[in-house]
Amino acid sequence: MSEKIVTLSDATFDEHVKGSDVPVLVDFWAEWCGPCKMISPVLEEIAEEQAGKLQIGKLNIDDNLEVTRRFDVMSIPTLILFKNGEPEVRLIGAKPKGQLLQEIAEYL
Amino acid sequence: MTERRKVVIVGSGPAGLTAAIYAARAQLEPLVIEGEPSSNSDQPGGQLMLTTEVENYPGFVDGVMGPELMGIMRNQAIRFGAELRTAKVSRLDLSSPSPFPVWVGDPEADEPTVEADALIIATGARSLMLGCPNEERLLGYGVSTCATCDGFFFREHHIAVAGGGDSALEEAIFLTRFASKVTVIHRRSELRASKIMQERAFKNPKIEFLWDSVIVDVLGDTKVSGIKVKHTKSAETFELPVTGLFVAIGHEPNSALVKGQLDLEENGYVRTVGRSSRTSVEGVFACGDVQDHIYRQAITSAGSGCMASIDAEHWLEERGE
Repeated sequence: MSEKIVTLSDATFDEHVKGSDVPVLVDFWAEWCGPCKMISPVLEEIAEEQAGKLQIGKLNIDDNLEVTRRFDVMSIPTLILFKNGEPEVRLIGAKPKGQLLQEIAEYL
Repeated sequence: MTERRKVVIVGSGPAGLTAAIYAARAQLEPLVIEGEPSSNSDQPGGQLMLTTEVENYPGFVDGVMGPELMGIMRNQAIRFGAELRTAKVSRLDLSSPSPFPVWVGDPEADEPTVEADALIIATGARSLMLGCPNEERLLGYGVSTCATCDGFFFREHHIAVAGGGDSALEEAIFLTRFASKVTVIHRRSELRASKIMQERAFKNPKIEFLWDSVIVDVLGDTKVSGIKVKHTKSAETFELPVTGLFVAIGHEPNSALVKGQLDLEENGYVRTVGRSSRTSVEGVFACGDVQDHIYRQAITSAGSGCMASIDAEHWLEERGE
């Protein structure tokens, strides 16, 4: 995994997401989800390209139910973009890179 | 400058990747344009990326998860030198003889992205949605097309599955791991599914059936709170309070790229000639679910991908290449 991506957990979520100077795109994922595997390389690329402007965080839902429930995630992959700690956009399902970037562009 | 390839394969399910394995081993240096991430069965790896346990693929005594199987096939194709590109073909031009121009990205670009001496169409099929008013709005908020992805979120919930084929029952059975109750809603009074799946579903105490019933709408403000069901014989409608709806009512071929360019069957599937993968255009071959509305199995799809690769190889040889 790219070193530009941060692994989030129930314990560290608030600290990372609320404390971040740049928007954080959180990937709610699990090992057993095919579409999650598909977007994983896309997120790696975005993390490299947008370094300094956008932080990518990954949250494994199996291990982190508290945050998963807090944001009412009911389908994975779900990507939520947080700005100043607040959820701004929610993207459900795997999407091509171009479309992902387009949908979060106005918040960067 | 436009890149030239001996073989371009469009699609990366079992058909496309098997074609890639064979073409790569035949030193044809195939390019696989595998599609882009999506959760609606038109994506790299194909429909198996959205499935759970595959129990009938030969070679896996204990079964294998769909996404895992596709990962293995992908690595096998790469091992022999196939190049995979995570992109979507936006346009094909089959109006002149080979080489065939293939566009990725802007379909109006002057120059195509790549030209293919032989082209293998393996674009598969996609899940049909119900088409009722609030289905799309609630997709991801209780409406799902992917039981493996979303079953987890319905622990101890009552959920519904629409459909009566093998996929519907497979999803229903899988979902009983999480749900307290799964109601299968089928528009006829008997199932299309195989005997073994029917037997398992009938035996499962968490599964119940609503026969001769169709879903006319999905209810819920910010997430699914129920569905509106119509009994087709009495025409009565009623509400079923479920928190999830999994749709598995059938498939349609992803043949839009070749529509008007290749002969299609009346139902939109690509027509192949006799017992081959040849299409109505010389040098263009089709395999997998885009040309098969009868068997539609991972193994038949893989088999037809092998055929397409061998057909393409012979065709290139006959042309003296």
